[in-house]
Amino acid sequence: MLKTYAYPKYDYRVAPEIASGRVLKVPVVVIGAGPVGLAMALDLDLQGVPVLLLDEDDTVSIGSRGVCYAKRALEILDRYGVGDAVCAKGVSWNVGRTFFRDKEVYNFNLVPEPDHHRPGMVNLQQYYLEEYLVNRVASRPGIELRWKNKIVSVAQSATGVTLTVETPDGMYAVEADWLIAADGARSPVRRMLGLEVEGKIFMDRFLIADVVMKADFPAERWFWFDPPFHPNQSVLLHKQTDSVFRIDFQLGWDADPDEEKKPENVIPRIKAMLGDEREFELEWVSVYTFQCRRMGRFNHGRVLFVGDAAHQVSPFGARGANSGLQDADNLGWKLKLVMDGKATERLLDSYSEERVYAADENLMNSTRSTDFITPKSRASRTFRNAALSLAKDHAFGRSLVNSGRLSVPSFLVDSSLNTQDEDAFAGRMLPGAPMDDAPVEKDGAPGWLLQSTGNRFQLMIFVDDPATTDTSALSQLDTGDIPVEPLLVSRVAATACPCLVCMTFAVSPPSAMTQNTAAFT
Amino acid sequence: MALNLNPNLSEAGKRYFSAYSPGDDFYELLIGAHRDLSDEQSELLNARLILLLANHIGDIATLREALAVARKGV
Repeated sequence: MLKTYAYPKYDYRVAPEIASGRVLKVPVVVIGAGPVGLAMALDLDLQGVPVLLLDEDDTVSIGSRGVCYAKRALEILDRYGVGDAVCAKGVSWNVGRTFFRDKEVYNFNLVPEPDHHRPGMVNLQQYYLEEYLVNRVASRPGIELRWKNKIVSVAQSATGVTLTVETPDGMYAVEADWLIAADGARSPVRRMLGLEVEGKIFMDRFLIADVVMKADFPAERWFWFDPPFHPNQSVLLHKQTDSVFRIDFQLGWDADPDEEKKPENVIPRIKAMLGDEREFELEWVSVYTFQCRRMGRFNHGRVLFVGDAAHQVSPFGARGANSGLQDADNLGWKLKLVMDGKATERLLDSYSEERVYAADENLMNSTRSTDFITPKSRASRTFRNAALSLAKDHAFGRSLVNSGRLSVPSFLVDSSLNTQDEDAFAGRMLPGAPMDDAPVEKDGAPGWLLQSTGNRFQLMIFVDDPATTDTSALSQLDTGDIPVEPLLVSRVAATACPCLVCMTFAVSPPSAMTQNTAAFT
Repeated sequence: MALNLNPNLSEAGKRYFSAYSPGDDFYELLIGAHRDLSDEQSELLNARLILLLANHIGDIATLREALAVARKGV
């Protein structure tokens, strides 16, 4: 039991199929009610697809685990109806400090982009995110969530998947047209289907401690390279909600996880770090290792893999849960089109292609961070220390210091779904780019561009004046087999704009986007 | 030519979507060049690299400035 959080225990119900002996037939089963499985269910629900969601447990994530939710994840969560709850409960922070040995070498201030609704990231313990997603799922009649339902066998044919489900009261069988495996890094579905995941384990261990600070402590991110209180290793301090701070101590491969987890060993480490008598209480402690690996492809016939089941990265950069949510975001609409017969199953190849590309980018960035933080050779350590010593006085030195590159969505510029780009277009919004937010006015009320988009195909057209734009051809677009909703955007307010959604940019349209000059977790 | 102390790395023909990418690209190349070398070999590689880059820069005033900045932090 945590001091600041009571784990909910969700109701297990006896599956009616156990008594009836009937095979349960459903269009889609999602395995695993972690953040990604819950998101996947909500995405399909928005598409009008009924979902059976199975989880072998009956509560949320134990321990804080995923902490940083980046802007794109928050925008996706907005679509699922939980963005406000996450942002209200989460901690926004802007100041990060980087220390080398006993000195601060530099600090940064991640000022939120004023033209975007959501900040660069919020910190929130994973159990809160899961709780909000579960609450949202419970309000959706199209999703049936069954707790303490564990998959014990899975087989697939050309047209569907057969599952055996084990519960405390017995077993039952499910036949589904599609199976989505969101069952985590050790994915039982992946194992039962005999599918490989390739990559490497990093030979390092990290101690993570959630600590309730009694005294005021700034809402900042502090990262130490080789500090006096923990020589030759790194330490990260992150603020979470409810005055809970997350501290990660790099331990090295030879550390004994069971010994390191003992409070009598953890508490002195934290005291040495704080360097004074500020009071704190231990909330949760764990020792972890991590792997960098992914499956060769994420779609296998009627089985689709999302989140950690498909790909795992080091924690530096917060690229785990953030990328899993983007998997759900990428897959939902594609599966719907295939299920409706409006696209062939080849469309699902593009899910794999695009998310494999993103996974490789995440693997590359998190591996680079890991290599900077934990140098593997003397030469590598010398370069790292040189970069850190240059960072204090020189901007180029700061740009080389890599203590984590925060999850940002991939630019899918080579996706097979992209069509030829013809005209040059200022800024970064080229085909395959993740769409940027912008403040807009719609029907005279202020809002955000991303709130008017999503869940359907839309054609956004920038016009000088909606009133003088001939829209007769556009209005035919939403009557086709796959409807497309035209969206007119202009600098001047629309007075008459029949049958079309019209918006006005509240500021100049985004042109040359400001780039993240500093991105960290 | 004054010594440039701002981020200045890029590769022709490549479009970057994050400001940190070109620096990280180079850093990975640099560390990769040292893979599987002994400490002594790494030192030799670094020395050769400095001589190559110094010749490429050419301007001795710039090199003098770089040497002073490098020396100051040691």
